[in-house]
Amino acid sequence: MLAKRIIPCLDVKDGRTVKGVNFVDLRDAGDPVELAWNYSRQGADELVFLDITATVERRKTMVELVKSVARQINIPFTIGGGINEIADADALLNAGADKISINSAAVRNPALIDELAKTFGVQFVVIAVDTRSIGDKNIVHLNGGRLPTERETLEWIMEAESRGAGEILLTSMDHDGTKNGFDNGLLKIINDAVHIPVIASGGAGAVQHFVDVFEKTNVDAALAASVFHYGEILIPDLKEILKSNNIEVRI
Amino acid sequence: MIGIIRYGAGNIFSLTAALERLGIPYGMINSEADFEQYDRYIIPGVGHAGAAMKKLEQTGLVPTIKALNKPTLGICVGMQLLTSYSEEGNSNLLNLFPIKTLRFKDSNLYKVPHTGWNQVFPQKENPLFENIPSGSHFYFVHSYFIEYDEAYTLSSANYNNKFSASIWRDNFYGVQFHPEKSGTYGETLLTNFYKL
Repeated sequence: MLAKRIIPCLDVKDGRTVKGVNFVDLRDAGDPVELAWNYSRQGADELVFLDITATVERRKTMVELVKSVARQINIPFTIGGGINEIADADALLNAGADKISINSAAVRNPALIDELAKTFGVQFVVIAVDTRSIGDKNIVHLNGGRLPTERETLEWIMEAESRGAGEILLTSMDHDGTKNGFDNGLLKIINDAVHIPVIASGGAGAVQHFVDVFEKTNVDAALAASVFHYGEILIPDLKEILKSNNIEVRI
Repeated sequence: MIGIIRYGAGNIFSLTAALERLGIPYGMINSEADFEQYDRYIIPGVGHAGAAMKKLEQTGLVPTIKALNKPTLGICVGMQLLTSYSEEGNSNLLNLFPIKTLRFKDSNLYKVPHTGWNQVFPQKENPLFENIPSGSHFYFVHSYFIEYDEAYTLSSANYNNKFSASIWRDNFYGVQFHPEKSGTYGETLLTNFYKL
């Protein structure tokens, strides 16, 4: 059976991880490649790097990072952050990235999804969506959840799928950082509505939250950052518990 | 030494990185004269099978590839090229295996592309899967699959239907998954191919 995926997310700036990392035995906790290697050894199924470098050298530092990761890591990885055009994606593909994740650029210019899918194949194109509820609606937000758009989340995701998204990375900004669990209600609606894989993000605080998101929504993958970085949840333990709950995982 | 057949279909950085990590020597094949320097070959490939076949035909290497008698491994779309036909672009392919490449039927339960780690079950004894337990997970990302066939399926996987995770005929092999992205078992498979 196809396994449910566990995905640690690393925030990177100027080639260094930025969120606190509390691993034992790391020579350099700020080195994304060493961190990635550790996660792959622990049994992470995939990695996401979110590059928040804001300088003009951004593309160059991203390409360097992707090359170092691809040289040393034997599992797939996605890179996101500031990808605005085909040339960005092309440079990252040639550096060894398996997928790219697009967020704001796709909302501002939806045709970019068609163009990326046509040029590189749908399997290369992950659409990241940050959602927050306003009243009784789920609204797509930009700039890390600070800037609301006019788009409703479900409607935007369906459009992204029809334009050629190969996967959806859905982050609930209402749940992100709370450690109270994933937004299972919205995730189920989205997962039932699309025929492409969905990655759940935002709210992971305990092992049970991962069990819940897979049992209640049937999403394909769950992503988290701090619970993994601070060693609050160890991936081998998490996978054993998922397995004991009859959730298919790769051990 | 492994010769990687270059025909412009997709990036091979991850593949060459994996070979380097494993200490497996390799070089690039761009023309017919390059083949004799190597004792085994890899046909890589990502993207559209029909487009990949057109690019391969443009290199003029097709007759040489069809006549190869040393171990040859197609990966992902490189594997699909070994079959007779793909529904992707309604394309005729190399026909080294008289079986077809078909599209997964997508549904809410079986999403397409088939993305992620799925179990692989060898159906035959072959050194390519030495030291790899039956049911090990490999990383897949594809929308088209090669039909299961008693004669040619070396290992199978299941996704909505049973399909060929790998195929084998004489010196020709193909794997649908990405061994360069499949953790330690993927690396074992690449090492096994190097020792064939």
